[in-house]
Amino acid sequence: MTLLMGAVAYDPKVVSIWTGFRSWLTRHQLSFDFVLYSNYERQVEDLVAGRLHAAWNSPLAWERAQRLARSEGRRVWPLVMRDTDQDLTSVVIVRADSSIESPADLADRTVAVGAVDSPQATLIPLSYLRSLFITADPDIKILRHDIGVGLHGDHVGGERDAARALITGQADAACMLDASHLLFTNDGTFPPGSVRVLAQTPPYDHCNMTVVDTAPREPALRFVELLRGMSYADPDIRPLLDLEGLRTWRPGRTTGYAQLTAAVDEGGFYDLAGGITVQDYWP
Amino acid sequence: MSGPAATLDLEAIGFAEGAHVLLRRALGHLRPGARLGVRGTDPALTVDLAAWCRARGHRVDCPDSAPDEPVRAWVTCGHAESDRWVGAERAGNAGPTQLADAPPAHWGLAARGALIEAGGPGAPYDLGQKERVWADIAPMLYAQAAAAQWDPATAVPWGTEVELPAEIESAVVQVMTYLVENEQAALVLPARFLARIHPHFREVLQLLAVQAADEARHIEVFTRRATLAGNMLGTSSAGGRLSLFTLLSEPDFSLASFLLSVLGEGSFLSLLAFLDRYAPDPVTRTVARLARHDEARHVAFGVAHLEHQSAMDPGLRGRLRAAVEHRHDALVATAGLNEDVFDALVVLAAGSWEPRAIAAGSQAVRQLEEDMYVGRVRRLVRLGFPADEAAELSALHTRNFM
Repeated sequence: MTLLMGAVAYDPKVVSIWTGFRSWLTRHQLSFDFVLYSNYERQVEDLVAGRLHAAWNSPLAWERAQRLARSEGRRVWPLVMRDTDQDLTSVVIVRADSSIESPADLADRTVAVGAVDSPQATLIPLSYLRSLFITADPDIKILRHDIGVGLHGDHVGGERDAARALITGQADAACMLDASHLLFTNDGTFPPGSVRVLAQTPPYDHCNMTVVDTAPREPALRFVELLRGMSYADPDIRPLLDLEGLRTWRPGRTTGYAQLTAAVDEGGFYDLAGGITVQDYWP
Repeated sequence: MSGPAATLDLEAIGFAEGAHVLLRRALGHLRPGARLGVRGTDPALTVDLAAWCRARGHRVDCPDSAPDEPVRAWVTCGHAESDRWVGAERAGNAGPTQLADAPPAHWGLAARGALIEAGGPGAPYDLGQKERVWADIAPMLYAQAAAAQWDPATAVPWGTEVELPAEIESAVVQVMTYLVENEQAALVLPARFLARIHPHFREVLQLLAVQAADEARHIEVFTRRATLAGNMLGTSSAGGRLSLFTLLSEPDFSLASFLLSVLGEGSFLSLLAFLDRYAPDPVTRTVARLARHDEARHVAFGVAHLEHQSAMDPGLRGRLRAAVEHRHDALVATAGLNEDVFDALVVLAAGSWEPRAIAAGSQAVRQLEEDMYVGRVRRLVRLGFPADEAAELSALHTRNFM
């Protein structure tokens, strides 16, 4: 039986990546195919409905998959994740010459974030900031950058716009992934010496390969075995691993999503049954 | 475990200022699993270090911030960097003396002798065998060619006043028009082969590139001489252009090199010597002389390359013969050399339209054709053709000279 996986086409390279992986998996005796989605919501719905066997999910898609599965009496679990999906952090950045010295100073200030559905540039860092305040409502003004809505922050454009808003003075602080801070430092989005790190979240996990309990067992096991066997020393597979941004696939784990679960609950992004309850979200 | 872990002090350097360069160097000295203590005062150091290491397969642990702890993070070296070089190989030796007979296509554009990562595209070099493209003389000829480059702006006495009788000037213009047409073919032909030859045979590529650049300069100076007194160029015959077209349509490198360099440019050596001798002005003489020096080099490579090949491949001479015959057949119904060019050469050698001078000019052009013929025979004999066959083939060469 062909194992059918969903992936979201957040970038043209997704076609190269999964076409390449498909050829490699097929050469290794796994009948495998994939379906591309324009956004994560439909992918997750199709996964839990059994139209897919596996889905390459964002952390927010994983969060919804669990909620939908629970309400439908199904089970989902993370088969594998990239080494680069583990122990990420988000940071809150301010201008170097800013008078803001601690998160408490953000009261009544403007904080630039990414897209409404970005775990790393919106949901997790805002939840973290909320957790630092004693009062429930610190009255922070949020400046959102809804680039690639439905892609759960995979499109870096929202984070880049948040960074630019900080530099141009439209915002007093900006939230982003630690790797985006490094990227913007190196590509000149942040001029040298222009910003500093105000706060950093605890580590969390990012994407995972979610499988649903209606998936055929043997192909799913073979899929994990083959992914875990992909070696960076293999010149056939290395360009694909580079494109997908990993060095090795690791066993999936569920321990790194607590911050996002809290953020989704606090912001009412999804209800407990996986319904979309956040406002202004049109993937 | 062995001795104390290595440490790296980045001082105040952050990732915007090259911290990653120092890190790569330090980690490059470690085996996978070994640890590197990182010190530094950049406030964003641990944020950026964690992101940088994550993307490269290294693990980072940040100790609790004890005030007396100078190490801000411990990096455990991952194996991705060493994995990348599994199966890497040297693309032969750097020098030209130990060339591979058939370098693999995947060496591609890598510098000869470079350590190349496994994988990458198999580049489409159909001229990938030493015996098909190489000549031991190539490095020396390239060095000579590079040293002998002249500047068209200063190498020719453009400032000299040239005032010739109108009909002599017009003969010069006609010859220059013809030369430009031929040099354009001589530029395009090596350029077409450049992209097909495996870069492992670098000196051959360099030589062909300089050859094309030589022709570019020839086109420039011949055009400039043609337009010295006016902007009206001479004629271009259909037969002449067809002759050059048959040269360009030859897909085989050796055969094309044979037709162009050995026979065509070889004949041009005589033509340019003729122009040097009978040039009515110093500008014409200089451009002919400069071009002749370059063409002699092109001929030398063509002959050396084919000598080398001929020694390796006894069937080569049969193919060379067939190429000459094939081209002859294709051109048999054409008019040959543009009559305007022929007449212009006669006039240049005559120096005037006096009947006796024209007779002497005609004799000089017949001698030129004889010189070309003899030169071709000599080169064909060098390639191993028996004298009678060389004579026969020389006679079949295009009447258009090139």
